[in-house]
Amino acid sequence: MLSIKNIHASVEGKEILKGINLDVQPGEVHAIMGPNGSGKSTLASVLAGREEYEVTEGSVDFLGKDILELSPEDRAREGLFLAFQYPVEIPGVSTTNFIKTALNEKRKYHGLPPLDAVSFMKLMKEKMNLVEIDKSLLTRSINEGFSGGEKKKNEIFQMAMLEPKLTILDETDSGLDIDALRIVASGVNKLRDENRAIIVITHYQRLLDYLQPDFVHVLLNGKIVKSGTKELALELEEKGYDFIKDQFSLTPAL
Amino acid sequence: MEKINLEYFGEKFNQLQTIDPDNFLSTVRKEGFYNFNKKGLPTYKNEEWKYTSVSDLFKKEYHLTEDEANTTISKSQIDEIRIPGSENANELVFANGKFAPELSTIRSSKEQLIILTLEEAANGIYKDLVNEHLGKSALFINDAIHALNTSFIYGGVFIYAVKGQIIENPVYLYHISDATENHILSQPRSLVFADKSSKLQLVETFKTIGSMDSFTNEVLEVVVNDNAILEYYKVQNDGINASHVGTTHIRQIGRSYAHTVVVTLDGGIIRNNTNIIMEVAGNEAHMYGLYLLKGNSHVDNHTLVDNRMPNCFSNELYKGVMDGRSTGVFSGKIFVRPDAQKTNAYQTNNNILLSDNASVNTKPQLEIFADDVKCSHGCTVGRLDDEALFYLRARGISKEHAQAMLLKAFAENIIQQIKIEPLKEYAEQLIVERLHAES
Repeated sequence: MLSIKNIHASVEGKEILKGINLDVQPGEVHAIMGPNGSGKSTLASVLAGREEYEVTEGSVDFLGKDILELSPEDRAREGLFLAFQYPVEIPGVSTTNFIKTALNEKRKYHGLPPLDAVSFMKLMKEKMNLVEIDKSLLTRSINEGFSGGEKKKNEIFQMAMLEPKLTILDETDSGLDIDALRIVASGVNKLRDENRAIIVITHYQRLLDYLQPDFVHVLLNGKIVKSGTKELALELEEKGYDFIKDQFSLTPAL
Repeated sequence: MEKINLEYFGEKFNQLQTIDPDNFLSTVRKEGFYNFNKKGLPTYKNEEWKYTSVSDLFKKEYHLTEDEANTTISKSQIDEIRIPGSENANELVFANGKFAPELSTIRSSKEQLIILTLEEAANGIYKDLVNEHLGKSALFINDAIHALNTSFIYGGVFIYAVKGQIIENPVYLYHISDATENHILSQPRSLVFADKSSKLQLVETFKTIGSMDSFTNEVLEVVVNDNAILEYYKVQNDGINASHVGTTHIRQIGRSYAHTVVVTLDGGIIRNNTNIIMEVAGNEAHMYGLYLLKGNSHVDNHTLVDNRMPNCFSNELYKGVMDGRSTGVFSGKIFVRPDAQKTNAYQTNNNILLSDNASVNTKPQLEIFADDVKCSHGCTVGRLDDEALFYLRARGISKEHAQAMLLKAFAENIIQQIKIEPLKEYAEQLIVERLHAES
C-alpha cells in the first residue's frame, strides 16, 4: 500500500530525514517511535505534503501513485489522512460545513455525486457515535476553543468521516488524559479493518497498549535504526531511548 | 485645479442659481461654489488625501445632469437592481444623482415616514429642519469635492422618520448612473432626520449603466435625535468604471444609537467618509466595514468619531482583503474633546494581502483631550494563515476553495452586522461568488 524508499528531506536547508525506508501493507498498524527531534513529525509532514519540507531524494509510492507529485488535497483524496499533532483552530468555519466540503470534494475526485443532506446527516450521526464525540462540538467553528482532548477527538471523527486507506496519527496521544486517550484509541480501533493501514507516531508506549501495533520502528537522527514487533516498544519504555542511542553510538550531543 | 473644466461647472452653476435665487438652498449652493473655487482639489499634500489621488478623476469631461432629471432610466431597470427579498422596502431611486420620485416607491405610511425632495422640504413645514441641519458636514469635510456637491444641491431628498415610529420597512437608496453616452458625474444629496424614539434603516447601493465612466460624489447627512436608532448600510459593487466619493455624516444630537456597515466589493477609485458626531452625552455608535478588492480598485475608508460630550461609546471594526494590484486605505480618527470624559472608543482594522502587488495603508489617529477615557486602536496587515490553509487542504479541500473558506470566515463577523436579513443574504452571496471567482 505504502512504500517509502530512501526518503531524504530537509527544511530550510537542514536535512532532517536521512534515508527512510518503510513498507506498509493493508490492515497493518506500524508504530514509529523515537526521541524529540528524531524526524517523526517531519516524516508525517512529508507524507501529507507540507510545502516547507523539501524532499531531496527518494520516492513514496501510495497505492501505485507517486504521491510526492501530488498536492496535499489530492493525497487526501487518494486516501491519505494525517491526524495533526496540533489541530488548527479556524474561527468562522463551521466544522460540519468543513467536513461536508472535504467529503464532497473527495467524492467528486472519484467521480461520485455529492452526498445529499440527509445521507450526510445520517453518516455524521453514525460516526459521532463511533468516536463518542459530542454533537455540540461539530456545530462550532473548527477546533475553536476546543480542549486538547476535544481537538484530538475531532481528528479521529474526521478520519471516521473520510474513511482513509492510510492514516497517520501524529502524536495523537500527546496532551491527552487517560480517559481521552482511551476514547481516542477505541475510536481508532473501531475504524481498523483489513483494507486500512495506520502509522502511529508517538513517544510513548501508552497509546500502543490500546492499538497493539504489528510493527514498531525506532527513528533516530532521521533514520529507522531498528524495527521489531510490539515488544520493542515495551523494551523502549523500560530502558529509554538511550540504549538504542548507545547501540548506534548516537548521543544527543552529536 | 486647471484640470477641472471650471468653465463648464461655472456655467452649470449659474444656470442652477437662476431657478430660485432667494431660496435657502441657493444660498447654500453659493457658499459651496465659493469654497469649491477657493479650495482646489485635494492633493497628496493634504493629510486627509495622502493615499488617494482624485486628480485623475477630474481630468475627464463629465456630463452633469440637467436640472430636469432628464433620464432614460426605466422602471424595469429598477427591477433588475432591486435586492432580492427587498420588495417591501421603501425604494428611493436616484437617477444620475437626482431623486426620481416617479421611479420611487414609498411603502411606509405618511404617519411614519416623510419623503420629500429637498426643495419641497426647504419650502414647506420642514423648512426649519432643513435650514438648521443641511450643510453641517462641511465643517468636517472641508474640501473641494464636498463643496462641489454642495454647489449643485438640487433634486436631493429629505427623509424624515416621524417621532416615536419604528419604521419596519427599510429605506433603500438605489443610485443609478447612466453612463451610456457620456462620462457622468452624479451628485446625490440627502438630508435624513430620525426624530425622537424612531427607528430607521437606510441602505445605499450604486449601479452604473453603460460603458463610459461614472463618478458619484455623494453627501448624505443624517441627524439622529433622542432615543432614536439609526442603521446605515452601504453596499458597493459597481463596475471598475465607477468611482465614488461619499460622505455619510451622522450627527447624534440626542442620546441615541447608530450602527453603520460599509461593504465594498468592486469599483474604480472609492473614498468613503463615515463620520459620527456625538453631540450629547451617552451616545453609542458601532461602525463596521468590509472591503474585498481586486484588479486595480482603490478603496479608501475614512472614519471619524467625534466625542464631544461625556459617556459616549463607540466601536469600530474594519476588515479588508486586497488581491491583484488593488490598494486599500483605512484612516480612523477619534476625537475626544475636553468635555468628553468617560469616553469609551475602540477601533480595529485587520487586513489580508493576497498578492505581492496589493497594498494597504492603515492609519489610526486618536486625538484625546480629556483625561478620563478608555480608547484603544489596533491594526494588522498579514497574509492568510498557512497552517489553516494546509489543514483544510490536508482534508482534501482544494487550495482555492480552502482560501475562499478562510476569507469568508474572516469576513463573517462583518457580514453578521447587517441586520436586514435579505440584505445580509445578498451581501453574503456577492461575497461568496466573489471569493470563488477569485480562485
